[in-house]
Amino acid sequence: MNAPLDRGANVVATAARHADDVDRKGRFPIEAFQALKDARLLSLQIPIEFGGGGASLADVAELCTSLGQHCASTAMVFAMHQIKVSSLIAHGRGSAWHESFMRRVADEQLLLGSATTEGGVGGNMRNSICAFERDGATFRIAKEGALISYGAYSDAILVTARRSTDAPPSDQLMAVLEKSQYRLDRTGGWDALGMRGTCSEGFTFSGEAPVEQIFTHDFAEIASESMLATAHLLWSAVWYGVASDALSRAQSFVRKDARRHPNGPAPGALRLAEATAKLQLMRSNIVEGLKRFAKAQKNEDDLNSMSFAVAMNNIKIGSSQLSIEIINHALLIAGIAGYKNDTPFSVGRHMRDALSAQVMISNDRIFTNLSTMLLAQRIDQRLGD
Amino acid sequence: MLDTIRRLVDEQGRLAVAAEAIGDNADLYATGLTSFAAVQLMLALEETFDVEFPDRMLNRRSFSSIASIAGCLHELKEAA
Repeated sequence: MNAPLDRGANVVATAARHADDVDRKGRFPIEAFQALKDARLLSLQIPIEFGGGGASLADVAELCTSLGQHCASTAMVFAMHQIKVSSLIAHGRGSAWHESFMRRVADEQLLLGSATTEGGVGGNMRNSICAFERDGATFRIAKEGALISYGAYSDAILVTARRSTDAPPSDQLMAVLEKSQYRLDRTGGWDALGMRGTCSEGFTFSGEAPVEQIFTHDFAEIASESMLATAHLLWSAVWYGVASDALSRAQSFVRKDARRHPNGPAPGALRLAEATAKLQLMRSNIVEGLKRFAKAQKNEDDLNSMSFAVAMNNIKIGSSQLSIEIINHALLIAGIAGYKNDTPFSVGRHMRDALSAQVMISNDRIFTNLSTMLLAQRIDQRLGD
Repeated sequence: MLDTIRRLVDEQGRLAVAAEAIGDNADLYATGLTSFAAVQLMLALEETFDVEFPDRMLNRRSFSSIASIAGCLHELKEAA
């Protein structure tokens, strides 16, 4: 056990206690986030010099997995917050405003949200319609039809827009706006199949702030150097938690069954064996991805390379597909006891939460992007580096 | 070579402005080059100049300006 996970144990227990209520009511996991703040885990990844925990992405991923085993909504909000933090760390350094904001995230345990999508761009976050409208030392922004997970509960939101009113849609920048600097007008609710506590409602986002709050790095760099990897890796870590808990429930079912019927394995036992191979694949995929990212962070060309982008996208595809397959196996193993919502073997919430994996950044969109990249990038035929 | 690159940028780049008006060192991404269009441009460059871009050149920097594209092509032509 390492230190962040020790501190996380209480948080995980709190998240577990309220998970059903969060899911049933589709409400934000307030208790778990208070516990995360109390344990100073929202700044887990922020370097120690800025008052944070200085933890690696692997440690953050481990906590995402632990949370995912009990409350996928808490785990996913925590993951999405950490993705924003990773951009702040990677691209805010050297900017006085962003460095002091990083310190405030740690001191005040601020929860960071994200407004990167917009109505009219078809879900493609690498295109913006809205623009940063500069007026002297300040800018204004108005983004319509933005789906902002836990937007109403965020303390600050990182928002993308075109560089200026005359910039093309793909020439984007990102800025940090604090709660006092923006206004959210709700345009859509979040009564969803799963991940119900993420409260990913639609909003019109409008705000005004000093221009120094705009990141100096292009959003294209932020997207490819920090967001792409941390999003796919941390989301995958959450789904691994969801899938591994479902399979662990199925294993309890098989063990119980085996004690009652000692004469040879029940059919469920074979399914369990098959599903553990899938779980192992999923785990290796994520662990290898974390290593690949750690290596690429030391080499900017590698971080911006197509092979890295292909690898990170494939991790998301692989873990989103495998999580659903694994949970479906858990359901087949436990049968009706798994299908019902009130048994120790229930996997209904797991399945509903995991189904989000293939639509949060649609797998079909990722396949489309990958198919373009694979017109250039060669297939890697080696086992080693 | 630069004229040919400009012609291909016009055909494949889907930019808001004509390549003629873009300086050799100007940032193509700032004029609207997307990663998708960059791949299309790369395929056209490979076809026209009879080269293949190796994996090590498949990064954002290689296609960031007309000069950097020319640099890659020079390097590939010399190696050939």
